[in-house]
Amino acid sequence: MNGVHDVGGMQDFGPIRPEANEPVFHAPWEGRVLAMNLAIAAWGKIFADNRRYVRELIPAAEQLAMSYYQKWYAGLIMNIVEASMVTRAEVESGMPERGSPKLTPPLSAARVPAFWSNGSPKNRNVPATARFRVGQRVRARNINPLTHTRLPRYARDKFGIVESARGVFVFPDSNAQGLGEKPQHLYSVCFMARELWGDQGGAKDTVYIDMWDDYLEPA
Amino acid sequence: MAENENQPLDRRGFLKTAAASTAAATAPTTAQSKDDDHDHDHQNVPSDQALRVKALESLLVEKGLVDRPALDALVDTFEHKIGPRNGARVVAKAWSDPAYKQRLLTNANKAIAELGYTGQQGEHMVVVENSPTVHHMVVCTLCSCYPWPTLGLPPVWYKSAGYRSRVVIDPRSVLKEFGVEIPDNVEVRVWDSTAEIRYLVLPERPAGTESMSEEALAAIVTRDSMIGTGKVLPPVQGATP
Repeated sequence: MNGVHDVGGMQDFGPIRPEANEPVFHAPWEGRVLAMNLAIAAWGKIFADNRRYVRELIPAAEQLAMSYYQKWYAGLIMNIVEASMVTRAEVESGMPERGSPKLTPPLSAARVPAFWSNGSPKNRNVPATARFRVGQRVRARNINPLTHTRLPRYARDKFGIVESARGVFVFPDSNAQGLGEKPQHLYSVCFMARELWGDQGGAKDTVYIDMWDDYLEPA
Repeated sequence: MAENENQPLDRRGFLKTAAASTAAATAPTTAQSKDDDHDHDHQNVPSDQALRVKALESLLVEKGLVDRPALDALVDTFEHKIGPRNGARVVAKAWSDPAYKQRLLTNANKAIAELGYTGQQGEHMVVVENSPTVHHMVVCTLCSCYPWPTLGLPPVWYKSAGYRSRVVIDPRSVLKEFGVEIPDNVEVRVWDSTAEIRYLVLPERPAGTESMSEEALAAIVTRDSMIGTGKVLPPVQGATP
């Protein structure tokens, strides 16, 4: 969706403010929120695509006003309610509903090291036809779905060159909606800064964007 | 058919309703926390946010969905097991061992795994090498994608709209803000992490460091140099404020 999360090329957000000796978390609750998101992910029902999608659906004004981990907190609630892991009433009361089933076992501390180091790979070893080849000139499609996409607005309708083929990956646009992984080829596509930004782009400068087959058309 | 076509938007409608009520419950009382003496936007959190998170954690524990010691272990991983020191060791090894550097540039996953830095948000690594003709920078314009095992969790500025919006349209002004000047004849190449590929910049090894050990080299490699918003300075210059 064309939401306020898709900021590439927007202007006047102000200076970048690096913080000296920045702590990993600025308050303990931030770490708990991130840890809960991952521990819940270990159930295998909610994926990064789902997490990103629900955060994008937070109303624009609130999304801009909320801190990073506030968005992760709000997103976690949306994800677990949608996945029927908790009900909204339970979130509001803070108490499990009478007779609600207790799911077990959750991710245990003993399983954390393996859960961590295994990661959550998104490549898939399934046959898929590559629609493009390295070196080919392509155009990013001009799509404007109301739902999740990883095709940033600033690249749509722009011409680029396929720089490398990354393999077959889960397609977030369908996966985020629970419509299946629809694995397809992923490419790194090179766009000249001038193609994206006109004369304001650096003459030699480029932006490389990872794009799935469904984002591209031959040009 | 029509039913299938409507399904995505029905789901979206459900989520949108959930989003509105969740945001309303999260956002309205934006008060500065008592000990907040910064003006950083991430500090603008409702003072009762910590209580809300605690309540949610208790609920999820009660429901058997999360286990407190596992959460502790995850927080410990974020705070102590991952971070830019890991990435610095990868860079120092690449500078010291040409065969390793070759492996790193051709199969970053395997080469980084040799040092043990695998894990969440590092499943699909690509390393891009700075040179006298190309300067690489990494961003995620759509969210906050970042190579956790090698760099740790991203700093607030990396996640900020200011950096994410500007680095693709005006990377050189961003670099200037970080004190880095790149000559016009050098290509600035920005990698927008829109998929699950995570990028790590292999910075240029500074002149005058030929006799330094791998350990000493790792100590001068900065986080920003591996994002592409910094350069690695030789130790003498690095010591000056």
